Amino acid sequence: MPPRLHAVGGIWRLATLVIALGVLMPVGSLAWMALDGDFAHWAHLAQHVLPQAALDTALLLAGVGAVVLVMGTGCAWLVTAYSFPGRGVLHWALLLPLAMPTYIVAFAYLDLLHPIGPVQGAVRWMLGFDSPRQFRLPDLRSMGGAIFVLGFVLYPYVYLAARAMFMTQPAHLLEAARTLGESRWGAFRRVALPMARPALAVGLSLALLETLNDIGASEFLGVNTLTVAIYTTWITRSDLAGAAQIACTMMLFVIALVALERHGRRHRQFGSVQRMRAVAPHRLRGIKAWGATAAATAPVVLGFGAPAAYLLSETLKRFHQGYVPSAGLWSSLGNTVSLALGVTCFAVASGLIVAWACRRIGSRPNTYHWQARMASLGYAIPGTVLAIGMLTPALFIDAQLADSLGLPGLPLMGAGAVLAGACVIRFLAMPIGGIEAGLARIPAPLEQAARLLGETATGTLRRVHLPLLRPAITVGALLVFVDTMKELPATLLLRPANFDTLATWLYAEAARGTYEEGAIAALLIVLAGLLPVVVLARTQLGSATAEAANPLENLS
Amino acid sequence: MTAALSIDNLRVTYQGAHGPHVAVQDFSWAVEAGQIACLLGPSGCGKTTVLRTIAGFEPLSTGSIRLGDVVLSSPQIHLPPERRRVGMMFQEYALFPHLTAAQNVAFGLRRLAAADITTRVAEMLTLVGLPDAGRRYPHELSGGQQQRVALARAMAPSPALLLLDEPFSNLDSATRERLSVEVRDILHRAGQTAVLVTHNQAEAHTMADVIRVL
Repeated sequence: MPPRLHAVGGIWRLATLVIALGVLMPVGSLAWMALDGDFAHWAHLAQHVLPQAALDTALLLAGVGAVVLVMGTGCAWLVTAYSFPGRGVLHWALLLPLAMPTYIVAFAYLDLLHPIGPVQGAVRWMLGFDSPRQFRLPDLRSMGGAIFVLGFVLYPYVYLAARAMFMTQPAHLLEAARTLGESRWGAFRRVALPMARPALAVGLSLALLETLNDIGASEFLGVNTLTVAIYTTWITRSDLAGAAQIACTMMLFVIALVALERHGRRHRQFGSVQRMRAVAPHRLRGIKAWGATAAATAPVVLGFGAPAAYLLSETLKRFHQGYVPSAGLWSSLGNTVSLALGVTCFAVASGLIVAWACRRIGSRPNTYHWQARMASLGYAIPGTVLAIGMLTPALFIDAQLADSLGLPGLPLMGAGAVLAGACVIRFLAMPIGGIEAGLARIPAPLEQAARLLGETATGTLRRVHLPLLRPAITVGALLVFVDTMKELPATLLLRPANFDTLATWLYAEAARGTYEEGAIAALLIVLAGLLPVVVLARTQLGSATAEAANPLENLS
Repeated sequence: MTAALSIDNLRVTYQGAHGPHVAVQDFSWAVEAGQIACLLGPSGCGKTTVLRTIAGFEPLSTGSIRLGDVVLSSPQIHLPPERRRVGMMFQEYALFPHLTAAQNVAFGLRRLAAADITTRVAEMLTLVGLPDAGRRYPHELSGGQQQRVALARAMAPSPALLLLDEPFSNLDSATRERLSVEVRDILHRAGQTAVLVTHNQAEAHTMADVIRVL
């Protein structure tokens, strides 16, 4: 067999293997824990816990799936195919709900739509009622309420995928459909929509994975999903084996959603096969134009505008009342930033190692490519499942460390290292994906030239690729930093004693029903969450502003 | 012979970055039924704009376009593309990548009964010399085969007028020469009125009954 050019040396490959196995370790540990538990648990769980939790989870997924598909696809088509007042702003503003963690929107709406809150008060005033006993809107704490909140926060996943796809669909395909007798609606239904279906599947699966990961909104709104069942089984009943068994059940949902996503990604080529002149938007006039503006504005207002305005007004109200932030809030902010910084450094370094070691070299695919895919699987594992899976190995390692070094308590858990590890596993896919995409854009001859000039693979990375990868690394780091700031389920379960982040601070306030400093914590998280939205709008939707500036360009 | 297509004093403008830009100015033309007419001219002269205005994708500023007795476009009237009975074969073929060749050809036939659709699709695929390619997807066909499927699809709904936008520009010269003769024969056999746009003089002379230089 002829000698082959390897992408990297043995140490890099070993490090990559360790990272990939580290990501899978919690799932293996979870299965072991579930099987190790008393099988009487299974019967109890199967009879009393799982049916209702699985049904609620399935209903929530179905409801949220329908809302995000209709809203995400509808808005994407509206801003792609039509021109109406506000389109230029709405095209990026429709991404804004991505800055909102679901638990913050639930938190805001619970207060906004409270029977004695501002919205219901205004409705009663308009209808001439005096008391909530005479008139009140349906309770938000319901399955419908959870679908509403999650749907309006998570639709941008579908919007982004659909918009990117519609923007790259060549106009001549839709024009061909029109010459064959289809109306605009018919061309959308029979050509644009089927071609976008793989991208929609990817967006839908990401939105549903977020739904599955959610704990705050479901719990605040009284929906007993599998995630909530895991949390209460462990925290309230101190039953780790039971929680692990529910987590295993939940992994079935995860596997189904990941399969849907992979299927979508495999068939995604439709959009880019014939990239040519993009669809020129058709100008709407009169009532149709304003109707389109209203339809595309509603999701932004409900998913971002109203809750953000509420948080801002509550924060300003408190400062007007002479409020001084408590030491607890400051310490939560400090904890959040230091945790997010630590996780970002580790995740980006690990992502760089994996992406570099698994890159394609020459014309052959890298045989270690599967390790990169394995290391990227953490995004699909819900935070609660990850936390349960990490607990046993972490406790084992902590006991060994404490014994051998004579340290008191749980050194890793107590220092927050286990929580940081869980966040690195969960968010590692972002830097890996970003850096892989960045590497794919760097022409192969650059590396070949560096190697021919006597540089090693690592030296080439340092002197050639790292400077070129800086934008991709920055975006990956930003995404990890902000997602760690927002992370709630794993943080709730794995944080050291007396350690609060902004997210857990807010959770505790909402759980107690006190909203004193919750709005300020929430506002800080939302402000940080806006940063990646700006990056996404610039990178994913950037070319849209230039589209169709000259509709007759490229003709003749 | 009656004029199937009449274009009178056509003017097409669009809003460019530095104000209105005239793409076509005072263009008049008549094409008779059953003829293959060709608009010949260099890139950028506005010939594709004329074709897209006939198809209904661009509005005109002044003038009119008629198909038989029906006004397709004028400053007051703009019939939507799906109601013009105009078929078009695109430069890039525009085959729907998610549909098979047969499904592509059947796309414009949805108002027919299922059995009639099957018959018509088979008839059209046979006409273009691809009777066995129905189940194949566009990416499984060669450039020349894709071009024939695009022609079959455009002709399947029996349009009153067929527009061909640089139909051979993506093919190598040998295939182009062979196909231009074949397409001309297919169009003549079907009695199809057609307008061809090209910058290639040899192609224009091979295909067209009448040539108009723009």
